[in-house]
Amino acid sequence: MLEPILVIACGALALEIDALRRSWDWRHLHLKCIDAKLHNRPAAIPGRLRKEIRRHRASYKKIFVAYADCGTAGGIDQVLAEEGAERLEGAHCYEFFAGRKRFAELAGSEPGTFYLTDFLARHFDRFVIRPLGLDGHPELRDAYFGNYRKLVYLSQIRDEGLLESAARAAARLGLEFEHVHCGYGELETSLALQFGRANHGQKDSHFLA
Amino acid sequence: MDTKEIVPDEEEFILADLNNDDLVEQMHEDLYDGLREEIVEGTSILLERNWSADRVLNEALVEGMRIVGVDFRDGILFVPEVLLAANAMKGGMAILRPLLAETGVKPIGKMVIGTVKGDIHDIGKNLVGMMLEGSGFEVFDIGINNSVEDYFEALEKHRPDILGMSALLTTTMPYMKVVIDEMVKQGIRDDYIVLVGGAPLNEEFGRAVGADAYCRDAAQAADVAPEMVRSRRRGGVVSA
Repeated sequence: MLEPILVIACGALALEIDALRRSWDWRHLHLKCIDAKLHNRPAAIPGRLRKEIRRHRASYKKIFVAYADCGTAGGIDQVLAEEGAERLEGAHCYEFFAGRKRFAELAGSEPGTFYLTDFLARHFDRFVIRPLGLDGHPELRDAYFGNYRKLVYLSQIRDEGLLESAARAAARLGLEFEHVHCGYGELETSLALQFGRANHGQKDSHFLA
Repeated sequence: MDTKEIVPDEEEFILADLNNDDLVEQMHEDLYDGLREEIVEGTSILLERNWSADRVLNEALVEGMRIVGVDFRDGILFVPEVLLAANAMKGGMAILRPLLAETGVKPIGKMVIGTVKGDIHDIGKNLVGMMLEGSGFEVFDIGINNSVEDYFEALEKHRPDILGMSALLTTTMPYMKVVIDEMVKQGIRDDYIVLVGGAPLNEEFGRAVGADAYCRDAAQAADVAPEMVRSRRRGGVVSA
């Protein structure tokens, strides 16, 4: 039996990691999620991760952190270096879903791009509109988004409902809409490096995506 | 059971009935609550009472925004509330700006401020610009997505005391070093005070890129900037 590995993940990746776990039959992947709302206060993420790592350290030899840098400017890396754990590569989830090269092209072609993932398309009101106060003060929209030109939806699964939600979000923010299907991108390849590709019963995850 | 909650009428103020101290205090509260119309009205009342534009600005608006800034720093207020407060302050500033220009009072200093290349975020930069203008600076806002060339052109054109650079993204903040390194290379670094700011930055980063100071928020920038300009003019060492 394979040694269990704990993945401490951003709540915004919970469904995706669970889908990959089932797809690859990673039964030794144990998942613990942290509230995605912490992204509204990135400075609080490193401390919270340290707390979670220490809480579970006695039960797991190996802990993997499913966060990118996530606006912490190296804060997560410092904690992981001290606590002995690794994380997903990249600056944020948009980058590892799209892939570094493709994301660099997207960001380079239009810096004024607002990105959505499946999670954000699904919870646009809860994680974008309400935290920015746009539900009560729609007049603030241009203060936040006046310099943006388009919204790019980086989808993980093909779902018409999510696609419509993302398009509505773009319209609400007054932005052009573009859809780029990414699948699980480097989230999948990074986890495969941790959990192996040779487990029994694995499926082709691109089928899921 | 059919119940009906009795809610007392909200107490209404007539701003013009308040004495000066109470009116200024009320304006601080109105700024805090982002009430633009009330700030415009309060500003006009104080001017009608022969307050100078400079006094209205400092005692009513800048002090009110300083309180907002402190509560933002302490996690009591969040970005939406700060934006609403800033919008209210802009209402007052629109009345005061031409009056301040008429007085011919020399500004404390000049500042060029802009967001770095690849970054289109400007909320923090706009707040800093507004607070510094309120503190008596002449502010030249060169907007977003600025290259080294854009910064240099603005420095050449406006000859400011301070260059302010802002970034929200961890991927764009290293560009500040590109600008400062080029200033060093061209031998103009010491001609300017360089302030940097933005959510993912910290003091260590400010030092690492060679800035004179990192400002964690607009209120701190408004404290630091005048002090550094005065210190520089006295021939002192520029440090935050």
